[in-house]
Amino acid sequence: MTPTTWRYRGAVASRAVAAIGGGYALTSSAIALIALALPLPRADAVTLATLLSFVIYTCAILWVFATHSAARAWAGILGVSALLYAVLWLVGRSS
Amino acid sequence: MKEGVVVKEGLRQSMSWVHTWAGLLVCWLLLLVFMAGTAAYYRHEITFWMKPELHKAADAPSKIASADAAVLAVRGLQQRAPAASGWFIDLPSERNPLITASWTNPPKKGMSREERRNAFRQQNFVLDPMTGLDTAAPRDTRGGEFLYRLHFDLYYMSAIWGRWIVGIAAMFMLVAIVSGVITHKRIFKDFFTFRPRKGQRSWLDAHNASAVLALPFHLMITYTGLVTLMFMYMPSPTKALYGEDQNTMFADVFMNVDRTRPARVAAPLADIAPMLQQAERAWGEAPTRVVVSHPNDANAKVELFRPSGRQLSNIEPSMTFNGASGALVSSTGPISTTLSARAALYGLHVAHFADPLLRALFFICGLAGCAMVATGALLWGVKERQKYAKIVAQGGKVGFGVRLVDALNIGAIAGLPVAFAVYFWSNRLLPLELVERSNAEANCFFAAWAGCAILAQIRPTRGMWRFQLTLGALLLGALPLLNALTTHSHLGVTLFGGPGLRPVAGFDLVTLALGLLLGWAAWWLGRKGKKQALAKPAAPAAAANPPAPLEAA
Repeated sequence: MTPTTWRYRGAVASRAVAAIGGGYALTSSAIALIALALPLPRADAVTLATLLSFVIYTCAILWVFATHSAARAWAGILGVSALLYAVLWLVGRSS
Repeated sequence: MKEGVVVKEGLRQSMSWVHTWAGLLVCWLLLLVFMAGTAAYYRHEITFWMKPELHKAADAPSKIASADAAVLAVRGLQQRAPAASGWFIDLPSERNPLITASWTNPPKKGMSREERRNAFRQQNFVLDPMTGLDTAAPRDTRGGEFLYRLHFDLYYMSAIWGRWIVGIAAMFMLVAIVSGVITHKRIFKDFFTFRPRKGQRSWLDAHNASAVLALPFHLMITYTGLVTLMFMYMPSPTKALYGEDQNTMFADVFMNVDRTRPARVAAPLADIAPMLQQAERAWGEAPTRVVVSHPNDANAKVELFRPSGRQLSNIEPSMTFNGASGALVSSTGPISTTLSARAALYGLHVAHFADPLLRALFFICGLAGCAMVATGALLWGVKERQKYAKIVAQGGKVGFGVRLVDALNIGAIAGLPVAFAVYFWSNRLLPLELVERSNAEANCFFAAWAGCAILAQIRPTRGMWRFQLTLGALLLGALPLLNALTTHSHLGVTLFGGPGLRPVAGFDLVTLALGLLLGWAAWWLGRKGKKQALAKPAAPAAAANPPAPLEAA
């Protein structure tokens, strides 16, 4: 049987939050940046970026569960999201 | 998925874990969504079956020109709703033998959305294209529309809530599909493998076969399903480029011309026949749908649509005319690659482009999706039960989780077909004069489902499986009989009559086939139960605990 210690359960719950909540934040920031970066008319940029969102979200979720530890998963998700949001903020300020 | 495990065999293992749990958590809801969505491919046909009053009019072969049909509909609308804010006319076409017309009134202050929707359901009529007269008033039912809405709006809650819940379930599904593919070492080889009567192996093979066989369909239908509502689920690109101005984005992407306001100056609506003839000349094919905004107003607008035909896009080509002068204003032009890609993905999901054969294939793929979800849910129980094999052999009980999943499986896999069948039975048996009859039909659906689910929680046994499967088999399989007893359009008529009644014959035959399938499942379970009882006649544990369902099936 799988080890169902509290430690294990906590790690699983933590990864689930990182995957669902963190993954969504990461996806949101990534597709917003893609929409801004695409050299297309507004409607096309929004559509293409939004179409890609589910691919990015799926990859983020799977990575969270595939990586070594919950701590690593959180670090990765938070790190990338923070970076993306920082760029978004800079773009927003300069435009 | 142990913390700190060395990632060598780890990826496949962790993906297997994700596949199991992402699938299990939403499988019962997904089954509802899959079944309703599969049925919705034929929602017009289902609606037609559920309105037997229309069958007689549809049976007569009609060769009326669409311009003449539109004139008939406009005449009826002028009599009933000259001051409406919009008219909607569906002309006879391949999948619709009759002229149907409906209208919306200008919104009154203080009317809730629900009240407006209920009012709208009353504001319609159906014309016989042969005689130009009203058909017999059809019964109050939502028909296939209920199943179509159930597929993404659910019920007993606001549509927004339903869409978020279904969207989250779809995202789980997408994750389950991708992780399932990663975890599956021999995806191609296993497709040709089926080991019947080998317990868990057989369920695994059945799950693999139904999943892999239609994998492109499952992946497509899940992704495109998310795409249909993607601007709601993923609003950040819209925020980034349009700010709070969502409506402009929708106007840009969906290319609906911005709504005109009424001028509040009366102006008679121009003759509609020349507009239809002009569109038919331009397209080489007759329009099938007419939308008039603000009829009899100086700002009236007439939009004509034709089916998008063989192209995937869900955007129907249209032509817009000035309603007062009758002059052509605009027609849909070519759209950009990105926008047509989105429209094609959306179109793939709803499959309006499909000819009868392709539509049947989509329907069968949808059934394979139901089978994939169902066998996946069963597989979890079978695997989990093995952990309890020793305990059960000593007269102990299986864990709470296994019992819960078993009961939910019965309630969903065997109970949902019962609910669908009861919905169709209620359509024929509820008194016609019942108030809010269409809501009563929906309540019957959920009452039947709730009954099955509760019974399953009380006694999640093999006997319950057989009982509910048999019930579903009888109710579905007897629908052609019910139809014969309550209408004049039974199989003897519909199979040999004109093309107008073919949808009714199709409905009867498909429900009969599904009933036989469920009956076969019930029979198969019963035979297995007997075999096992013979194999170990004096097992004390078996007497104390009735054998749990599909133990080693």
